[in-house]
Amino acid sequence: MPKLSTIILLSSLLVPDAQAATPEEQGLAIAREMDRRDTGFQDLRADLTMTLRNRQGDETSRHLRIRSLEVTGNGDKSLILFDSPADVKGTALLSYTHATRPDDQWLYLPALKRVKRIASANKSGPFVGSEFAYEDLTSQEVDKYRYKYLRDEGLDGRATMVIERYPAYEHSGYTRQVVWVDREMYQPLKLEFYDRKDSLLKTLIFGDYRQYLGHYWRAGRMSMENHQNGKSTELRWSDYRFRNGYTNRDFDQSSLQRAR
Amino acid sequence: MPGRRTLPAALLGAALLGATAAAEWSGFVAVEARGFFHAPLDPDQHGANLSLAAEPEFTHRWDDGRHSFRFVPFLRWDQHDDARSHADIRELGWVVAAQAWELRAGVRKVFWGVTESQHLVDVINQTDLVENLDGEDKLGQPMINLALIHDWGTVDLYALAGFRERSFPGREGRLRSHPPVDTGLSQFESSRGRGRIDAAIRWRRSIGAFDIGLAHFHGTARDPRLVPGLDDLGRPVLIPHYDIIDQSSLDLQATLGQWLWKLETISRRQQGERFTAATAGFEYTLVGVLAGSADLGLLAEYVYDDRGTRAPTPFQDDLFLGLRLALNDVQSTELLAGVIGDREFDTRFYNLEASRRIGDHWKIALELRALSGAPAADPFFSLRRDDTLQIELARYF
Repeated sequence: MPKLSTIILLSSLLVPDAQAATPEEQGLAIAREMDRRDTGFQDLRADLTMTLRNRQGDETSRHLRIRSLEVTGNGDKSLILFDSPADVKGTALLSYTHATRPDDQWLYLPALKRVKRIASANKSGPFVGSEFAYEDLTSQEVDKYRYKYLRDEGLDGRATMVIERYPAYEHSGYTRQVVWVDREMYQPLKLEFYDRKDSLLKTLIFGDYRQYLGHYWRAGRMSMENHQNGKSTELRWSDYRFRNGYTNRDFDQSSLQRAR
Repeated sequence: MPGRRTLPAALLGAALLGATAAAEWSGFVAVEARGFFHAPLDPDQHGANLSLAAEPEFTHRWDDGRHSFRFVPFLRWDQHDDARSHADIRELGWVVAAQAWELRAGVRKVFWGVTESQHLVDVINQTDLVENLDGEDKLGQPMINLALIHDWGTVDLYALAGFRERSFPGREGRLRSHPPVDTGLSQFESSRGRGRIDAAIRWRRSIGAFDIGLAHFHGTARDPRLVPGLDDLGRPVLIPHYDIIDQSSLDLQATLGQWLWKLETISRRQQGERFTAATAGFEYTLVGVLAGSADLGLLAEYVYDDRGTRAPTPFQDDLFLGLRLALNDVQSTELLAGVIGDREFDTRFYNLEASRRIGDHWKIALELRALSGAPAADPFFSLRRDDTLQIELARYF
């Protein structure tokens, strides 16, 4: 596969070697390269099944659909539609994400037909009762963090670069995150979250990566384990579809009320 | 109703487009029990009540979601109150969406506004008051609504055909006025009565942290004046009088970090007089309370009506204080506690609402309402013996 080898060659050229740059510069370079490789997807839609597991091993699941629109120079726009549990079916969340200030968010409550602008300063609370915080799911802008390259490391037979990142957002629930970035895909394979007291809170493992449009990598599975409460959440993504021709109009309050 | 004629068209459209169409049923059935803490004022009323409700929902979308059709009937059976046993079409309508506009026709429900204690600017749908004292339940309104979507905001134009009268509890129902309202004797200022076509226009825009709505409504008021009179049997009743009004409104919310600042204000011309009313307040959310994952909202709203004690509403110079707790747990446990107090009278109206999911398909909801200190001059006075606890168990499908 000539294409893959080109990417590997390119990435080895782009990542500065340890002698030439500080760990901070190296970390930032890796984050920029991750961002660069994920730029240009335009829009996507996907279905999501969330399985919530408590300490006793009891499971419950939620079904959501996600649409997002790439916005250059700012965070993406996204629409999350809830299909289950049945009592929240039809509920929808519209977000205009921003790297370092609170997102703009509107929640649609179908029983009342009410669109509510909600306080979004808190991105660190549990998302629909899961172990994912809202901030774990939003688009990964370079400006969201400061970075530091730590080391190269093998992870389950893959070559990875380990970087540490520090949230720039003052209301973030984390002091730092450690990311294992796959050398080939420039996508995360593993992420550790450290809480405000700097103790290990959660570990996220990414799996079942597939490449779309011959370019964009997306994980099919994301498993989050909370080490402090013993609960875990697994996300299974399916039916990824890119370049649906979405516009800003598909991410406004009128669409929010129609979306199902 | 225009919506009825769109049904065959929608089904035909679905059949033709086959593969891109998606139809689904959902909804709920619920059983509700109410118990009252005091003996009723009127011997016709009862101390406890059982009730059943169902609201199936049919949604059909085609042409990649550009067209959608919805049918939402509602049915309630009530043990004692004949007026509360009722059926309604909450929605029966069709929406077509284009880049710069949306056309929505049929029976629909529309919400305007931002505040929590009352909904002054929300005038499109009639309140289904027999459902709940809080007035959050609405009757379906037949309409044609054209939304024009621009960079400078969205303009909604409404033609509202077929006036819906407010529902009121019957003689055997609790949580009602004394004497009861006789909806069979309703009076209309418009010579066309229920047949009058009302009109409304609204402009809405979000600019940064601000969400702004400006609207005007011309038509028959949704809230009737209640005038004492006699029914066919010569018993005292209250007779709803529906006036023609002109109402301009502003609703505004500023979302600043954990603060939501809210304002709703109306200026209304009715019966040859103009008055102003407003609700203004805030909601502040404390995040990560109770071992880290719960949110606690603190709410305060001031409610004003410049007609003072002449206002037909109990909310003319009142302060609402509330707490909203969301546990953010798997069961979506939520609690809302509030008190609204008159600044002139000693009236205090207490509300507690809590809900929690059970498994994946059930939900239990509890409501506690209590009143204290209402003097005879306060419209709340007729509820003085109606402190109640309501439990509802719903099955969603």
